[in-house]
Amino acid sequence: MNALGRILARRETGIAVMIVLFALAVSLYKPQFLTLNSLRVILLLTPLVMIAAMGQMLVLVARHVDLSIGSMLGLSAMLTGMMFRDLPEIPWGLGFAVSIGIGTLLGLVNGALVTFFRLPSIIVTLGTLNLYRGLTFIVSNARQVDRQFIPADLKGMSQTSPLLGIPWIIFMAFAVALLTYWFAMHTRVGRQIFALGSNPIAAPLRGVKVTQVTLLVFAISGALSGLAGIMYASRWGFVNPSNTGFGFEFQVIAAVVIGGVSINGGVGSVLGVMLGVLLMGCVAAALPLLGIPGTAQSAIYGAVILVALLIDRSVRRQGIARFKAARA
Amino acid sequence: MLKKSLIAMAAGLALSTAALAQDKIDIVFIGKNTGNPYFDSLTKGFVEACQKIACNFEFVAPATAEATSQIPFIEAQIQRGVDVIAISPNSPDALNQVFDAARAKGIIVMTVNGDITGNEAHRDLTILPTDFTKVGADQIEMVGSLIGYEGEIAILSATTEAPDQNFWIKGMNEAIKDPKYAKMKLVATVYGDDQPEKSTSEMEALMANFPDLKGVIAPTTVGIAAAAQVVQSRGVADKVKVTGLGLPSEMRDFVKDGTVAAFQLWSPYNEGWLAAHLAVDLKAGKAKNEVGSTFEVPNLGTITINAGNSINTQSALTTFNAENIDQFDF
Repeated sequence: MNALGRILARRETGIAVMIVLFALAVSLYKPQFLTLNSLRVILLLTPLVMIAAMGQMLVLVARHVDLSIGSMLGLSAMLTGMMFRDLPEIPWGLGFAVSIGIGTLLGLVNGALVTFFRLPSIIVTLGTLNLYRGLTFIVSNARQVDRQFIPADLKGMSQTSPLLGIPWIIFMAFAVALLTYWFAMHTRVGRQIFALGSNPIAAPLRGVKVTQVTLLVFAISGALSGLAGIMYASRWGFVNPSNTGFGFEFQVIAAVVIGGVSINGGVGSVLGVMLGVLLMGCVAAALPLLGIPGTAQSAIYGAVILVALLIDRSVRRQGIARFKAARA
Repeated sequence: MLKKSLIAMAAGLALSTAALAQDKIDIVFIGKNTGNPYFDSLTKGFVEACQKIACNFEFVAPATAEATSQIPFIEAQIQRGVDVIAISPNSPDALNQVFDAARAKGIIVMTVNGDITGNEAHRDLTILPTDFTKVGADQIEMVGSLIGYEGEIAILSATTEAPDQNFWIKGMNEAIKDPKYAKMKLVATVYGDDQPEKSTSEMEALMANFPDLKGVIAPTTVGIAAAAQVVQSRGVADKVKVTGLGLPSEMRDFVKDGTVAAFQLWSPYNEGWLAAHLAVDLKAGKAKNEVGSTFEVPNLGTITINAGNSINTQSALTTFNAENIDQFDF
């Protein structure tokens, strides 16, 4: 009972139960939802969100928020795409360094505005959400980078597979999640992020370098948005100034919050965020399969987010109650 | 003395620029949204025409293709006092009032690439790329020829309210009743909202729900590219034939690797080219905006103004395939 209670009390359990129930419910109507191919479809919907969600998790844990990720994704993808178009001689692998580098720089700007000017991150990143999107239009002259300019090897990463028919970009997303787990749980700086978010007043007294840690989480969020940017070019084969990354922050923040990261800082786990991303992917893949008309899909998508949060809360309450009862 | 001559010079300069401005008419084209590669090609037609004939050209567009997002742009152009507003309207009815205001100031309002169906009285004329009543039938014939006129087909469209796509889909539903297509069955019409993510999910769902699917028509540039990518990554190009309306620049790779055998469109470039020539001729009195009257456009020949003050830049869709796709640079 004790062990069961402890498992039930975990946030991750609630989300895992939700995913299983949701998949079973969908498969009652559409048995093909429980096939390997549909798993492939779901996984292919998730890598960009999963990568950016890891950065967003760290930002939220530090008691900040980063609304600018979609625009950082767009701007770094655009500049990288333009490099591929205008300098076709450049080896395609360099695109990763360029895209991540630009993302890091943009994230550092966010972090610097937040730390040095003591501005609330929600306002700063709301500003840069628009600023970076506008810059994307300016540098690209509002023109799309077409499919023919994206290197074939880069596009191949979303289609060719090292193992089990699962494309490279999905493995990359899981690798980023593993790295984030190691960083957040097993490094000094990683633990300091949690300490800062749990108690921003006490943290500096206990030796947490607030400025550096804050700059770091925004830089990581930017870097991972940059990585998601070049992976967008890989996945969709083009970069468009208005579409690429537009509305991305909603998907990511929803997945992170469903994954149990507290918007009040200090709380969050990589496993929870991964499950949150997976649940959102399941919903996005299931709605068209169920033949739900496009007009109703976004309403249902929003409702599912709210229901997931409510069910999760009640499952955890029961778990905690049993845990306490078992201890008493 | 010096002051006087300076003033005279300034006045002379003002006069001469005014005279120059009178020689050239000001045309603005308001697109559906910025960053849409379709309008790059259309705009190029305007730009290259205005390098040859007497017009100044400017392209503006809102960030998003919402019904009301073009209104402030039209108001700004009325203030500026342009001679001709060409526009690809985002809504069939939200722009009526602001069009009336523009026309009251003597501005010619022409809809380009899409019309305000049902509200035609609020614009002067429309330039459509081809006869839209034939698009549906042409697309059914195209997919039929690709699948041997037998099997299940589906449609992957833009948004549920996209007026042009809905008009063509209506045409497809009519055309498929022809006995020639008796062995073909239209099993579903789905909407990808012109977003690559959503179009991809809808295409994947089509293939999961209809395992015997033989053909997909995507009459929208984002949809056809997404559908082709799904077929390419699943490696089923020989089983599921993707066609529809697409841009050669976006589809070139898919045609070359055999994912897509053929698709259709028209020349957006010619729409801009024709619109600029017509605007200049109308302002100079060389052409008349009357049903049945004709005018000459270099490279396109004699153009007739059809019923409803409607003009088509070409009579039928152009079909792109592996043989001809490299001849098109849009």
